[in-house]
Amino acid sequence: MTEMTPDQPMPGASATPADPRGATDGPLVRVEGLYKVFGPDPRGVLDQVKAGRSKADILAETGHTVGLKDINLTIDKGRIYVVMGLSGSGKSTLIRHFNRLIDPTDGRILIDGTDVMALSPRELEQFRRHKMSMVFQRFGLMPHRKVLDNIGYGLQVQGVPRAERLAKARHWLEAVGLEGYEGMYPAQLSGGQQQRVGLARALCTDADILLMDEAFSALDPLIRSEMQDQLIALQEKLHKTIIFITHDLDEALRLGDRIAILKDGELVQEGAPVDILLRPATDYVKAFVKDVNRARALTVDTVMKPPSHRITAETIGEALEQMKGHKGDYGYYFNDDGYQGVVSQKALEEAARADANAPLNEAHWEDSPAVTTGDLIEQALPGTLDAEYPLAVLDENGELVGQLPREALAEVLTYAEEVAAEDPEKPTETAKV
Amino acid sequence: MAETSWLHEIPQMDRGDLLTIRKTLDGLYRDFSRAYGETIESFFTPLLRFLVWFEDLLISSPWWAVLAVIAGLIFAATRSWKLTVGAVAAFMLIGYFGMWEHTMQTMAIILVATLMAICIGIPVGIAMARSDRVQTIATPILDVMQTMPAFVYLIPVVMLLGIGKVPGVIAVVVYAIPPVIRLTNLGIRLVDREVMEAATAYGASRWQRLVGVQLPLAMPTIMAGINQTIMMALAMVVIASMIGVKGLGQPVLKSITNQYFTLGLLNGLAIVALAIIFDRVSQAYAKRSQAHMGGPAHD
Repeated sequence: MTEMTPDQPMPGASATPADPRGATDGPLVRVEGLYKVFGPDPRGVLDQVKAGRSKADILAETGHTVGLKDINLTIDKGRIYVVMGLSGSGKSTLIRHFNRLIDPTDGRILIDGTDVMALSPRELEQFRRHKMSMVFQRFGLMPHRKVLDNIGYGLQVQGVPRAERLAKARHWLEAVGLEGYEGMYPAQLSGGQQQRVGLARALCTDADILLMDEAFSALDPLIRSEMQDQLIALQEKLHKTIIFITHDLDEALRLGDRIAILKDGELVQEGAPVDILLRPATDYVKAFVKDVNRARALTVDTVMKPPSHRITAETIGEALEQMKGHKGDYGYYFNDDGYQGVVSQKALEEAARADANAPLNEAHWEDSPAVTTGDLIEQALPGTLDAEYPLAVLDENGELVGQLPREALAEVLTYAEEVAAEDPEKPTETAKV
Repeated sequence: MAETSWLHEIPQMDRGDLLTIRKTLDGLYRDFSRAYGETIESFFTPLLRFLVWFEDLLISSPWWAVLAVIAGLIFAATRSWKLTVGAVAAFMLIGYFGMWEHTMQTMAIILVATLMAICIGIPVGIAMARSDRVQTIATPILDVMQTMPAFVYLIPVVMLLGIGKVPGVIAVVVYAIPPVIRLTNLGIRLVDREVMEAATAYGASRWQRLVGVQLPLAMPTIMAGINQTIMMALAMVVIASMIGVKGLGQPVLKSITNQYFTLGLLNGLAIVALAIIFDRVSQAYAKRSQAHMGGPAHD
């Protein structure tokens, strides 16, 4: 299960103005009108592609394959940007444009303000050495180099002295948890270990941008989810800009701050994971999203409702007063130690009959678990089903930001279309009494 | 019925025309060799000097010193006592049967020819691997080099440089170089695409990719090519002796003309012994230098 910490981008968090992750550092990568046509004369058929002729027609008539068609996207600094698509959708072609392993037929790629198409071969080499690093699906490790030398490869290419290179390589070797394997050859490691070497190699050059081409697709499911956890944990510390390619929507939802979906070389939808999940733009995306386990993909804040009353009174009488100001017959009780539980009007009235001035104590509230905004619905599910009243939803500071009624959960887990129609704008203000 | 004679006989060029062609070409080449023979010969003088020096070194040094150096090299390359002892025994037998000097001469020419083949062949192989056009041009040339009877290309070489060591070495190199070129090309082309992509993605220059990735990964294949080249060079020794290359080939040639069966057999066996030693040593060395290929596979 994904570990959640305050400043970590949360899967499923929506990009509304009240983005819990705070403002971004602005766009780092910008792709404008990118086209890629494969064949003997790509430029010659570009006009036909731009005129909107279908991929199949162009292939049949001219023998050219349309790899990418009018891709426009912006990638913010410090985020994980996932490009998702099935095989043949052009996602691997797209990622190879960022470091120009493939040259586009038309269009611009701006990275940190640099037009990569304008770079001379020497400048391109420098750019690849310092700006970006890449992790490959089948690892792309050098079989004749030991693990430590593989990790330090990028630095060696840069001409970093051996001692410094090895020291840095050792640091990243430890960061990915491969101590003791430094002297082995890649063939002696398991797939998961090899990809850790690949990841360490990518991190070792300290480049801002990390390109990950189906980096975890070749691993078995258990190792894959371990690697995802490791990536998330590393990202918390490093805040790299990661462009992650995958064909697995669950992986995309889990890792991505934003997701772009490619089909036949075209961008069909781009947005925050929750947008993709709740508001699929086309039938193609809808079909994709259908099989996703929403309980595991969405977080509580995407489905919670505005909170009911927050009770802070010290005596029973005051608490009743606070409650009467609002509709509903329950409230969430907070004292100096934070959230305590649910108080019901009925219980309070009963207690008030005995002594309205008595202080409120444990006997008056019911223990009711609270969930935090970043929790997955799956985690909130058992509590919601057990509790008599909707669960309180707290933010990272323990403040009440919403409540989670059973109906809301039932809705999102069953009737996707209706939820999609509704505006899931979540409350931006904590209801204070 | 002169008009239909092509039905019975293949249309043939007029004898006179053919003769003219032969005469013209021969004449042209003769003129060429007269005009440039000396220049080309002087171009090869350093090679000749080196060959003579190396041969002298092997022959005039005490036999036990030569043997010790050979044994040391073999052990350094293979780390195998078995191979080293076997090779020393073979050389002792060769010496015992009176073939030491011829064997040293042959070794000298084989080593020099192999060295030349490697120095020329690997760059050519690299060029072939880098460019499909170079490959398209070079492949038929290599085919000709391998299939053309050795005697045929001995003719122009002898015309140009006379008989002796240098034409011998050239003939051996021409005959033996195709495997190292072909396998260098193949080895580099077989390097995993993703590994190359990784090197490129990390900003490696063409040179860094060649030296750091392509050559090391192609090395097992290149070593197989070098091994083949050595074998072919040895096979060429007898033919090269026809143009005055001294060594084990000459007694074999003598035994053919004089029907000395035993002499031929002994010298033939000496060539076989050299071949086996070269083959085993180069293979063991190749295997040892590819440590990453072995090792217990995890997973």
